[in-house]
Amino acid sequence: MTSRLQSARQTDSVFHTEDLNIYYGNFLAVRDLSIDIAKNSITAFIGPSGCGKSTVLRCFNRLNDLIKSFHIKGKIYYHDQDLYASEIDPVEVRRQVGMVFQKPNPFPKSIYDNIAFGPRLLGYKGDMDELVEQSLKQAALWDDVKDKLKAFGTDLSGGQQQRLCIARAVAVQPDVILMDEPCSALDPISTLKVEDLLQELKEKYTIMIVTHNMQQASRASDYTAFFNVEANSKGQRTGYVVEYDRTEVIFQSPKEQATQAYVSGRFG
Amino acid sequence: MASTTDHSSPMNRKRSATARSIDNGFVWGTAAVAIAVGLLLVAIALRVGTDALPAIQKFGLGFLVSNRWSVIDGAFGALTQIYGTLVTSFIALLIAVPIGVGVAIFLSEDFLPPRIKQPIVFLVELLAAIPSVVYGLWGIFVLIPFLRPVGIWLNANLGWIPLFSTAPAGPGIYAAGLVLAIMILPIIAAISRDAMVAVPAELRQAAYGLGATRWETIFQILLPAGFSGIAGGVMLALGRAMGETMAVTMLIGNSNTIDSFSILSQGSTVSSLLANQFAEAGGLQVSALMYAALVLFGLTLVVNVLAEIVVRRFSLKL
Repeated sequence: MTSRLQSARQTDSVFHTEDLNIYYGNFLAVRDLSIDIAKNSITAFIGPSGCGKSTVLRCFNRLNDLIKSFHIKGKIYYHDQDLYASEIDPVEVRRQVGMVFQKPNPFPKSIYDNIAFGPRLLGYKGDMDELVEQSLKQAALWDDVKDKLKAFGTDLSGGQQQRLCIARAVAVQPDVILMDEPCSALDPISTLKVEDLLQELKEKYTIMIVTHNMQQASRASDYTAFFNVEANSKGQRTGYVVEYDRTEVIFQSPKEQATQAYVSGRFG
Repeated sequence: MASTTDHSSPMNRKRSATARSIDNGFVWGTAAVAIAVGLLLVAIALRVGTDALPAIQKFGLGFLVSNRWSVIDGAFGALTQIYGTLVTSFIALLIAVPIGVGVAIFLSEDFLPPRIKQPIVFLVELLAAIPSVVYGLWGIFVLIPFLRPVGIWLNANLGWIPLFSTAPAGPGIYAAGLVLAIMILPIIAAISRDAMVAVPAELRQAAYGLGATRWETIFQILLPAGFSGIAGGVMLALGRAMGETMAVTMLIGNSNTIDSFSILSQGSTVSSLLANQFAEAGGLQVSALMYAALVLFGLTLVVNVLAEIVVRRFSLKL
């Protein structure tokens, strides 16, 4: 599997993990993760509930740091820099690695202020109106909201709210965008819009997406990691990567039995 | 559930007559109680209003701008008391709002492990359980002696400011205001903390996810999102401060004349006036007290309406 992956990696990698083990206190949540994330690609994390996909995703922008008992063993490199080195400021990491959440979570502010929030934090000096417009256009929301930028972000429909959240993440011009089941609260049409959007966004950004929707993974992603979970003798459930490869390989000719069973819908 | 009748579908099952009458009885009973409470408020307001009528007819709106309260001359004006009420409440808010909101921020974040935080939350809320008269007693024997040098210093060094233009006389407006601040602090802290805790965790994560620091998240997202709750708590506290009687009566000095704007001088509030005079009052004085009560009623009504407007105007749709 390793050799195949390396040959698949033509582009340089943004993230690289080595024997990553993720703990909450003594509880091992995810084990032995060694993975490369290719630049300007979409990488999907799929797998049954509770297998640690979201936990892994949140390691890449250090959002798990908010949980006190969280700690890792092993390494995550971000462009050859140790992401968890003591001199790294998690706040800086999150400015490089944006995130879109499962449930649309616009701030209770105007659409304009939602987009401008991040750039203002960074002390953005350029033309804010233009940045807001660009960000909304990138998120394919501009035509919907250009006449009501003062309206509350929370008054938009669910699909629009999620695109607003994508625009908000894009506005700080990150390097990577993490998406944690971004379409799980959306209707099928909004979901398709977001998926189309992903294809445009990957021109500029590297995207990592957790999804429960296997069609979505097969339609939208370039690489797919299949996670599974197994319980130890004490009943603690630890997630691990079963197989990681190009998406068409995972869905059409996976090497592992479990992957085959999962992608064909026989379990999970 | 097996049914012996033809109507075996659950939809057709009839509830027993008893169950239905209990249902109806409950609806009517709660409606009656709710209406009775409303009527009680109207009845009190009407009674206070009619009893105040002679004074209203005699003094008119002049009552509000006259500072003369003379039982002997039968001349009554409540400016001193209205001023005292507003100033003590304002002092209380000035001190209690920043501290209360600060406590709320501190106790709603994870600065402390829960093991230490929970007892502190409990203790702050326990401040509200201390009876008013105990605050008054503590104020007389502890706070006023402690504040005396502060008052003397303020008068000596900042005496050119009208607020500090008199020498402190032991009890006074500032002591009453300070104790009121302590009394309303737990209301502001508890309600503000609830408002902050109720802000959805997703908003916090969204802010952190954009690279906001903890303080940027608190001041730009959590406080604005919890604003309507915090404002509601502050208004509730203001209502409490304006109506508070026992502790204020014990600490304010109960002077019925207003000589200066100094907060170091003695004064009185509408509620302390009522508490001091109701026992010996007769004739027009009773009517004047009722008028004063009506004014206090009006003040708290205005505060509550303002609170409602503020909360609606700024309440953020989450």
